[in-house]
Amino acid sequence: MSLISRGFQRRREVEASPDRVPPGQYVTNDFPVLSAGPTPRISAEEWRFRVTSERGEETTWTWEEFSALPAEAVKVDIHCVTKWSKLDTDWRGVSVDTILKGVGSSAAFATAHSYGGYTTNLPVVDLTGGKAWIAFQYGGQPLAPEHGGPARLLVPHLYFWKSAKWIHRLELRDSDRPGFWESLGYHGYGDPWKEQRYAGD
Amino acid sequence: MERTALRGRLTWLEAEVVQLVQETARVKTIVFRVPGWTGHLPGQHVDIRLTAEDGYQAQRSYSIANANNNEHVALTVEAVENGEVSPYLVDELVAGDRIELRGPIGGYFVWEPSLGGPLQLIAGGSGLVPLMAMIRSQMSYASPVRTNLVASARSWEELIYRDELEKLSRERDDFDVVYTLTRSQPHGWNGYGRRIDKDLLAASTFAVEEAPLIFVCGPTGFVETAAAIMLELGHQPGGIKTERFGPSGG
Repeated sequence: MSLISRGFQRRREVEASPDRVPPGQYVTNDFPVLSAGPTPRISAEEWRFRVTSERGEETTWTWEEFSALPAEAVKVDIHCVTKWSKLDTDWRGVSVDTILKGVGSSAAFATAHSYGGYTTNLPVVDLTGGKAWIAFQYGGQPLAPEHGGPARLLVPHLYFWKSAKWIHRLELRDSDRPGFWESLGYHGYGDPWKEQRYAGD
Repeated sequence: MERTALRGRLTWLEAEVVQLVQETARVKTIVFRVPGWTGHLPGQHVDIRLTAEDGYQAQRSYSIANANNNEHVALTVEAVENGEVSPYLVDELVAGDRIELRGPIGGYFVWEPSLGGPLQLIAGGSGLVPLMAMIRSQMSYASPVRTNLVASARSWEELIYRDELEKLSRERDDFDVVYTLTRSQPHGWNGYGRRIDKDLLAASTFAVEEAPLIFVCGPTGFVETAAAIMLELGHQPGGIKTERFGPSGG
């Protein structure tokens, strides 16, 4: 039973059908930026993307090689733990299924590592089956550095801190290990529909 | 990257308004007494939850403005035009009202004594709030680290905490503040009157050799600019912590 706030009432118009907006979220048309430190500036020439398997095998893509992979258009709703949701966002990216096709792995967990040192952990099943992408375009334009460019992970069914900006490496692991925010009190999994914002939610 | 772990599950607590302070025309500090509050570090924030008679709920996050002080949590809130939660907090709440709150949240954009100093704070607009919590904490310690604040505001009237900042800078050798007023300046103003740039920050912040801990908070554009300039001046990326206030729903 929640405490009633004297005199409080809904002021926002109903922006979307309730099945589009998870509990505790509100819809915004902006694209707020949240990062813990300065924005890394990575040129296409120096950019590398690596996948390391649980056995230590490594696959690396240059920007040119990555750009040659089949990409797809993705229109999804995104949900930030800081309470905003943004509906129908347009991305272009390479499916993680495509990335993992040539990688021999049966690992159950992954840690995404970013330029700048950020990390986040996810189960591999949340990265596969058409649920996650390495995105390099937003709104038809190259992904801006403050939004994670040249390329970021896009995992729209989880809170957006799981969609690591400036992704550099996907580490496939046999065991789960908390990433940056997950070590700082945020939830290990982060399902917006279950409102898993903080540890214990 | 240093980390400070949060412990335990964050439950919703009842917070009672005990004091309201008008900071500027559209900004108020609301002091709550929160039975069960376990304390906080400067830089952390809380979630608040409002519930209407019909069951409609809204949640938002706000930075904590005060140093850790028993059961007291102070939030400084700017009423966002056409917002839903912030105008309620600023215009409706009176002493004795109760809302729900949980926290503290965030363990990265924080300062604690083990991190040392000196402390370089760079604030744009209401981004000053979590940095003020750091300043207030410093000033309550027996041996504070040297602290320097660059505060950017649109005008003197819109600068929050200005009397307290003026008093601290007069009375304390270990605290300095540099203001820049970007839209209008009082008659006879001899401080900066422009948006932050490389010359301004080079002249107003600790040198690279002093290895300051740098905290930047403000709107996205401000934070992007300030963080990029501090990198350009030679500071290490790992020594620059940022918190960005998106221009979102309020």
